[in-house]
Amino acid sequence: MSDFWILLTGALVASCCGVLGVFLVLRKMAMIGDAISHSVMPGIVIAFLLSGSRDSLLMMFAALLCGLLTTFLIQMFQQSGIQSDASIGVVFTALFAIGVVLVSLYARQVHLDQDAILYGEIAYVHWNIWELGGVNMGPKAVWLLGTTLLIISTVIGLFYKQFKLCAFDPALAAAIGIPVALFHYLLMGLVSMATVSSFESVGAILVVGLLIIPASTAYLLTDRLGLMIALSVAVGVASTFLGYGAAVLLDASIAGCMVCAAGFLFILAFLFSPSQGIIIKKLRIRKLA
Amino acid sequence: MLADPNMQWIFLGCTLLGLSSGVIGCFSYLRKQSLMGDTLAHAALPGICIAFMLTGIKSIGLFLIGAGIAGIIATFGIGYITRNSKLKQDAAMGIVLSAFFGLGIVLLTLIQHGSYGNQAGLDKFLFGQAASMIASDVITMTVVCISLITVCTLLFKQFKIISFDPGFARGIGYPVAFLEQLLMLLIVVAVVAGIQAVGVVLVAALLITPAVSARYWTDRLGLMVVLSGLFGAVSGAIGTWISASVSNLPTGPVTVLAATLLFVVSILFGPQRGLVAKRLLRKSVKQRYHRENELQLEGSVKKEAAL
Repeated sequence: MSDFWILLTGALVASCCGVLGVFLVLRKMAMIGDAISHSVMPGIVIAFLLSGSRDSLLMMFAALLCGLLTTFLIQMFQQSGIQSDASIGVVFTALFAIGVVLVSLYARQVHLDQDAILYGEIAYVHWNIWELGGVNMGPKAVWLLGTTLLIISTVIGLFYKQFKLCAFDPALAAAIGIPVALFHYLLMGLVSMATVSSFESVGAILVVGLLIIPASTAYLLTDRLGLMIALSVAVGVASTFLGYGAAVLLDASIAGCMVCAAGFLFILAFLFSPSQGIIIKKLRIRKLA
Repeated sequence: MLADPNMQWIFLGCTLLGLSSGVIGCFSYLRKQSLMGDTLAHAALPGICIAFMLTGIKSIGLFLIGAGIAGIIATFGIGYITRNSKLKQDAAMGIVLSAFFGLGIVLLTLIQHGSYGNQAGLDKFLFGQAASMIASDVITMTVVCISLITVCTLLFKQFKIISFDPGFARGIGYPVAFLEQLLMLLIVVAVVAGIQAVGVVLVAALLITPAVSARYWTDRLGLMVVLSGLFGAVSGAIGTWISASVSNLPTGPVTVLAATLLFVVSILFGPQRGLVAKRLLRKSVKQRYHRENELQLEGSVKKEAAL
């Protein structure tokens, strides 16, 4: 049974990240996703210190706030004349450092250590069960991730057209009256939510792997947005399964193996994608010559 | 605390580390490659693990080689992906960063679960623990930092030109591709030298934050490099000092917070770009405008009266 729950959790993480990753890659904001996944740290730790529990709405809210603060600060520094990549670098390292210092200072009170932040604890997912009136409802993480996925797909589904236009042509979107900034912050809010719900399972740093790598793989395989989202989720789920298999075989970190599997699938797509793959391109050129 | 001779060495090493990263960070900031340092730092982790698995020794020299090779592979990987597919540089960096880091974590857990003796403390490389360094580590680090600063001083003119105008540098016959690769190599070395003290996750901040802060104070590259080195050195010193005096506090985050504090001071009080200076300038311009407006108004009133 534990295998089932671990795989389900992984698949849910991959789906949440897969959907949002597509928009990050298309808007050339992959590194902002990386920044947000680091900078929700202080929010998580502070909420944890205040509430003493790991699965509170407060935590979600604090992380959301941190994610939006990161986006806002990056934007502000950019407007005051710092290059965009440098402003990303300054903001997320500072916030992440605050988070780590807090964890180290309150390490004894807090049931949250540096390893959990980095690797996540997907292997223990089935130990943390949600009981409702004495009935076993399954792991809490699955419920949390399920809700997040529901929210993400509802928001993206409702505003699909707007998100699509903002991703490809923000100037046109602004011209026809779509509030581009609002959708930017909405997307970033969703990314923070996805990060914080996945954080417990796969760790703060590997979330970014599942955000960016499957979406980039899908980007190489198709030119249609709808298909790209579906492919990105599929690649993410496939890498969770492959990664878990590898982790069991090697007795290594599950989250690490998942990201490695995603990287492996990316390399395959990079080499053999029917439209973009370098080997396929070479073969085509040889055929023509 | 500073009475301990070992600690004095570590203190010196971290200060020099901050200095050299600050100096190199300036060039990477001006060449718009700030996040490259972050990517290289994360990518160094599998290199360190493989170096340890092959030799079974924890020595910073060996780790430098392993991490250097991993960093170079990562740089080429990013370049290759960007050139040969429609993915942009940020996505390529994200892919390489997370895939290498994932691999590093897999190797790290393999080492922890495997039968490698003496592996304790390898996980200190994630957040850095300056106090865990031994004399030979500090000496290696010091030598590396001093040579970094020397190379930057000797090639200052060349780096300056390729930072601002690579086309012109090519025109007057500098080997631009070689210099760019050399600068990248220096970034790799600076990152790797800092890993044991500051940790892979945050070492990039030592390259970015002091350089951005220094940019607020001056428009001259020479002064910017000096200031950035100074900011880096101060943050390195403060970080080591505080983390050594409080137990269970990793050095990396404290150093980064010290650097961030300097950044906040710079962004507020920088002489021309700082927020306070801008506010004052805006105020004085507004006042002058109002004064001129009033004068003009008076003038036109007088004219009307004369008519």
